[in-house]
Amino acid sequence: MIQDVGWKVGGKQGEGIDSTGEIYAIALHRMGYYVFTYRHFMSLIKGGHTNYKIRASNRQLRHHGDDLHVLIAFDQTTIDFNWKEMVDGGIVIYDASAFEAVKPSDRDVNLFGVPLTEIAKQAGNAIMKNMVAIGVSAAISKLDPEEFRPVVQDKFSKKGQAVVDSNMEALLRGYAYFQEHYHVHFPLPEKPDLRGVDHLFASGNQATAFGALAGGCRFLAAYPITPATEIMYWVLEQFPKYGGVVVQAEDEIAAINMAIGANFAGVRGMTSTSGPGFSLMMEALGLAGMSETPVVIVDVQRSGPSTGLPTKTEQSDLSEAVNGTHGEIPRIVLTPRTVEECFLYTAEAFNLADRYQCPVIVMTDLYMGMSFQSVDGFPVHQVRQDRGKLISDEELAKLGRFAYQRYDASVPDGISPRALPGQKNARYVALGNEHNGFGLEVEDQETRVAQMRKRQRKLKGFRHESGVTVDGRPDAPYALIGFGSTYGVLEEAREVLEIQGLPVKHIHFSRVWPFPAEAFHDAMDGVRVALVTEQNATGQLKRLIREQAGYHDVLQSCLKYDGDPMSLKEIVHTAYQTFPMGVLN
Amino acid sequence: MATMLDYQTERATWCPGCGDFGVLNAMQKACVNLGLEPEQVVVVSGIGCSGKMSQHFGGYGLHSLHGRSIPTAQAVKLANKDLVVFAAGGDGDGFGIGMGHFIHAMRRNVDITYIVMDNHIYGLTTGQASPTSDVGSKTKTSPQGTVEQPILPLQLALAQNCGFVAQGFSGNVKQLVTLIEKAIQHKGFSFVNVFSPCVTFNKVNTYEFYKANLVDLDQDPDYDPHDRVAALRRVAEANNLVTGLIYEDPDRPSFEESLPGYPDDAIVSRDWTLRQEDYEAILATFR
Repeated sequence: MIQDVGWKVGGKQGEGIDSTGEIYAIALHRMGYYVFTYRHFMSLIKGGHTNYKIRASNRQLRHHGDDLHVLIAFDQTTIDFNWKEMVDGGIVIYDASAFEAVKPSDRDVNLFGVPLTEIAKQAGNAIMKNMVAIGVSAAISKLDPEEFRPVVQDKFSKKGQAVVDSNMEALLRGYAYFQEHYHVHFPLPEKPDLRGVDHLFASGNQATAFGALAGGCRFLAAYPITPATEIMYWVLEQFPKYGGVVVQAEDEIAAINMAIGANFAGVRGMTSTSGPGFSLMMEALGLAGMSETPVVIVDVQRSGPSTGLPTKTEQSDLSEAVNGTHGEIPRIVLTPRTVEECFLYTAEAFNLADRYQCPVIVMTDLYMGMSFQSVDGFPVHQVRQDRGKLISDEELAKLGRFAYQRYDASVPDGISPRALPGQKNARYVALGNEHNGFGLEVEDQETRVAQMRKRQRKLKGFRHESGVTVDGRPDAPYALIGFGSTYGVLEEAREVLEIQGLPVKHIHFSRVWPFPAEAFHDAMDGVRVALVTEQNATGQLKRLIREQAGYHDVLQSCLKYDGDPMSLKEIVHTAYQTFPMGVLN
Repeated sequence: MATMLDYQTERATWCPGCGDFGVLNAMQKACVNLGLEPEQVVVVSGIGCSGKMSQHFGGYGLHSLHGRSIPTAQAVKLANKDLVVFAAGGDGDGFGIGMGHFIHAMRRNVDITYIVMDNHIYGLTTGQASPTSDVGSKTKTSPQGTVEQPILPLQLALAQNCGFVAQGFSGNVKQLVTLIEKAIQHKGFSFVNVFSPCVTFNKVNTYEFYKANLVDLDQDPDYDPHDRVAALRRVAEANNLVTGLIYEDPDRPSFEESLPGYPDDAIVSRDWTLRQEDYEAILATFR
């Protein structure tokens, strides 16, 4: 089992909760721990309750963990809201200069007042109560407060050395106060051995953006939307260094049409969005499919429908990604399981889009996108760029004028070579209307059927390199099934269930369309009961599996759609209710 | 050097006498006059009769979605700055469903030329009211006459400080050619609105109507196309029934010129592979 500590800071939105969590997380990461962060926030700027959770361990984490050992509370709401997560013997530090904390009576938790604001004032400014809280946290976990100095330096150096010094002063005073007054500790486990590991700290959104750059993307058009906007921020910072363009489009419809335009002209372009924006893009998704123009769309899912819960996580766009747009088009849907896969699959998405000349949708979610975590490097050496079938100037010269058929329906694999504007002898019109081989609008049945067949043929022979992964005992009669960001919590659930005597394997989709039927059938070998765990209300993955692979009597659902990420307890509890008890093979 | 013949494609499918033929000819002729090869020119069109422009023109084309030619065209240009890029649409396509993109394209100022074939009616869907239909126009969707005020394309463009605003008429291809040449040469977003009569469904805004009512500002020696406020007044006084170069600001920087890091060479022609040192610089930001 993972040896870990759960820490959380909470207060009102606008109190600097995020920066407190960020400084503490980065410091722990740089000390050599594995951290996983999760932000709980609301769709407003000031007020409301917000918190930042950090789970720290000496091994790789893929989940923010159910438990809380240390809670820093800037107000009573933080205590009331997060009480249920506290372990027995846990510590709540509250700002004794601001309020007198009330302790809910149903748990054996230590409530310690520290005059955070008062100490901060003594160090120079009341707003540094956050730094006092970090100092207190360091004392609780027996960390050397000096290890925070470089992070504080990075964070505040732009504001001058005096600001750095007074923040550090506040941190040290907090540390000293706790040491002097209290003697309870939650030390972190021994640091892991990081030799040979590139210990990096990144979010899924950052990894997705990095993957795009590495994959050759040099055009992003997007409209700001939570939780996808960070992709745009990252790209804005990096693209100008590599000759790329970022356009803040006037809306999502413009954004995807721009991405299609860039791809038509031969530049790898993408758009990043979340549910509501993705819905607006449906018509253009069809255009990309019909005109056989590559395009990459990243959908960082959030709770829907409509505006839904803008700052909460969900996995409910699956059906839309697989079926969305009127009419029928070929498309590929990737659902990375980890931050590293966000990087690799987004890079790969551009190859797939070019190779199959169709839209490729990369689906993550708020949980994956906005959670920062420590990873052992990015698989940068696995990135390859493959432009697919492009017709060369020489081939076109040989063909002569009026011979090039952009949409030649006779190609056996359905993929006809693409010409790029500027090339001689190849001018053609990419169009959303039905067309003949030359790209001219036609309506006769024979051509229509031939072109439909051509497009549908593209993905007939498609095989994902790894559509489905299986962890645990291959012969286990019980299976946990999921896709995308729930990989980490399902892996932990599998470990818990195994330790408790249930033979379970974990089947996880990282690419859902075209449906990796063969790999899934192999994975299901011997499974008697499977619990499909997904964050939506109607069991979209289960429906897809039934439609594509069957297993009607085998599949059960574990669903969550309250906006919070899956907890380990919920999965384990449902697994116990679902898998018959005590069956051992 | 390319000739008109090089720009010719299959027979156009517009109704005989359609104003869009004049626009097509003017676009082709302007390109020929500027020495452009057809493969250097991209026409991105939307939906409607005007949407056929990309197919009939003879260069590369993208027949996109209803109202979405402008965003698509801007991206084509940004991806390959060596191309000459047109967005082409009609009054329904451009001033109805696509109006937002028009305004934002003027703000953004990417170097493309936007041609609107304005016939005051929905042609391809067989004669409904359009955003530019005059008040009182009797159509299939306004049998008692339209009650909404029409969009005023020139005033909109002038108010939004569009860097190049012109208006032409399908019945005067010669002038239209000159206007389109200037629009292509203008650096930044250029807008050419064209009165392009629908001979089948609009029996009011006909060739004869425009011939009788249009005032040619190009022929007015006192008209200064660099005075935006005067241009606004003149257009309003003439109830929009003017042709010619209405306004040009040759000094306004384009989006490409203003954007930090936008490369000097076409993005499409660059090597997109990250080098080892690039990776190292990026990975350092994650430590």
